[in-house]
Amino acid sequence: MSAILEARHINKSFRDPVTVPVLKDINFSIQKGEFVSIMGKSGCGKSTLLYVLSTMDTDYEGELEIDGELMTGKKPQKLAQVRNEKIGFVFQFHYLLNEFSVLRNVMLPGLKMGKYSEPEVEHRAMERLRMLDIENLGDKKANQLSGGEKQRVAIARALINDPHIIMGDEPTGNLDKKNSEIVFDIFKSLSEKYNQTLLIVTHDPEFAHATQRIIEMEDGKIISQ
Amino acid sequence: MKLTVNIAESLLLARWKQTLIAAIGVTFSITMFITLLSFMTGLNDLLDGLILNRTPHVRLYNDIKPEKDQPITKVAQFKNYYHFIHSVKTSNSREELYNSNAIIRSVQKDQRVLGIAPRVSTQVFFNDGMIDITGVINGIDVQAENKLFHFDEYIVAGNYLDVKNIANSIILGKALAEKLSANVGDIVQVTTSKGEIFPLKVIGFFQSGLQDFDKVQSYASIATVQKLLGKTQSYITDIQIKLKDVNLSPAVAKEYANLFGCDAEDIQTANSQFETGTFVRTLISYTVGIVLLIVAGFGIYNILNMMIYEKMDSIAILKATGFSGGDVKRIFLFIALTIGFFGGVTGLFFGYILSSIIDVIPFNTAALPTIKTYPINYNPVFYVIGISFALITTYFAGWLPARKASKVDPVVIIRGK
Repeated sequence: MSAILEARHINKSFRDPVTVPVLKDINFSIQKGEFVSIMGKSGCGKSTLLYVLSTMDTDYEGELEIDGELMTGKKPQKLAQVRNEKIGFVFQFHYLLNEFSVLRNVMLPGLKMGKYSEPEVEHRAMERLRMLDIENLGDKKANQLSGGEKQRVAIARALINDPHIIMGDEPTGNLDKKNSEIVFDIFKSLSEKYNQTLLIVTHDPEFAHATQRIIEMEDGKIISQ
Repeated sequence: MKLTVNIAESLLLARWKQTLIAAIGVTFSITMFITLLSFMTGLNDLLDGLILNRTPHVRLYNDIKPEKDQPITKVAQFKNYYHFIHSVKTSNSREELYNSNAIIRSVQKDQRVLGIAPRVSTQVFFNDGMIDITGVINGIDVQAENKLFHFDEYIVAGNYLDVKNIANSIILGKALAEKLSANVGDIVQVTTSKGEIFPLKVIGFFQSGLQDFDKVQSYASIATVQKLLGKTQSYITDIQIKLKDVNLSPAVAKEYANLFGCDAEDIQTANSQFETGTFVRTLISYTVGIVLLIVAGFGIYNILNMMIYEKMDSIAILKATGFSGGDVKRIFLFIALTIGFFGGVTGLFFGYILSSIIDVIPFNTAALPTIKTYPINYNPVFYVIGISFALITTYFAGWLPARKASKVDPVVIIRGK
């Protein structure tokens, strides 16, 4: 078993207007194929931790390794490339581009990576949509979809580059119960069928308890994992 | 790169109305820029032509002035003394160019010279009943004059070649003819400075556009004027020279003055105020054009800024999924340049149309007999400058918003939801 993601002694403070520590000495690692949830009350620092782990937030102390490579101190350009190739994101809000069709939205990160030709990327995007049972939505504009459908498209977009890890920030936070279940089932089957590594932030205990491993946070510290 | 273009294109089309307004701003300013410059330089050329086309680049003549070498200066023993000579008069001074045939022959051999036109000028009185009107008769070689100075363009009545073909004929300035109430075909009496009276047949009128000039000037053939003055065929008072390169004229004038021992005047010295006028008018046109473009640039800046605020979410997700700040910046710069390019090209087109319209608007003025419509200069250089300005301005207008977009922190946007 190799660690996909490893956090060592991560500390972070908000400095404005007064210095408030939000993350205190966070240490943990995630192995390949794990389905992990980070749980805690609102304001405990779980989302902040996720954005540090996602490489988007670089204002922290400590060390972060993804796929055995040290991320701390890397240039923004290089970090963008890492996010593109190794991390898939699913947020609370879908963040689809309304100017593009569903298919094109899913293809964008793949085209950016530039590893496959455009027809290949299109083929791969169709595969992902089919996998999530939404291949009939491909030609629609993003703003014509329902909330649950949008979130599924967002998951398909996260999967396009075969990421090492999928990170989710309250991916079911905006959805009704039925759609939440669909999204959870998708994560579960990704984990079981495709051995996909997942790291999901949630405040929903029900969701968290259904995952393999729970990291529980309180006041910027990990209290159990 | 193809992806950047594709995303930029989609963003543009999604907000096509705003984009169109921004592009119209550029189109408008480029249209005005092209029209203004074409019109202004057209006018410049016209005004320059009024004087400069009719002015020789170098004129050789003998000024009436006292002899520089007075007898005392030739006495060796007084060489280092300062001479006080009172009441020096000009005597025996001739307006004639000495050895004019030889001068003409040697000037014609000069490679820098485009052509020459000899001239005999003399002051006369035109007799109109009891009144004598002062005037000048220029004896010209009408064909050479026409070739170098577009003489026929200023003839408003009669045929200019008749000066050569009809003996003792004269072309009067329009204003002078009105004073004399002379028509084509009439005979006018002139009195020379020596007191002789001569009848000359009016065969045409000319109108130069300068009223003062038309009031006194008239043209006849060289032979007629030589006859008026009782001089021989070699009597020439002026040699007008046109050069291939007008900028050489001061140097050539100085050289000829030394070589032929006569006075030489160059066009720059004679008409320096025209260059100043031309320069100032061109400067004004460029300034107005650039100001218009800067205003259009602010329009683009505003619209891109708005677009960036609207598209914050899209920028955030692009950055989250692996687009770097540079990629985002390129997308917005590309949008700005697209607006600049299409707005600019349309502007060039409309600028051309508008210039063509101005070109056919009637413009009749007594001062400019040969001009029937407003002058326009269709210089392709203006179009090149126009499109370059359009691209440069839109690039800078897009640069700040694009930089702002590249600095968007996706964490702030995504967590803000």
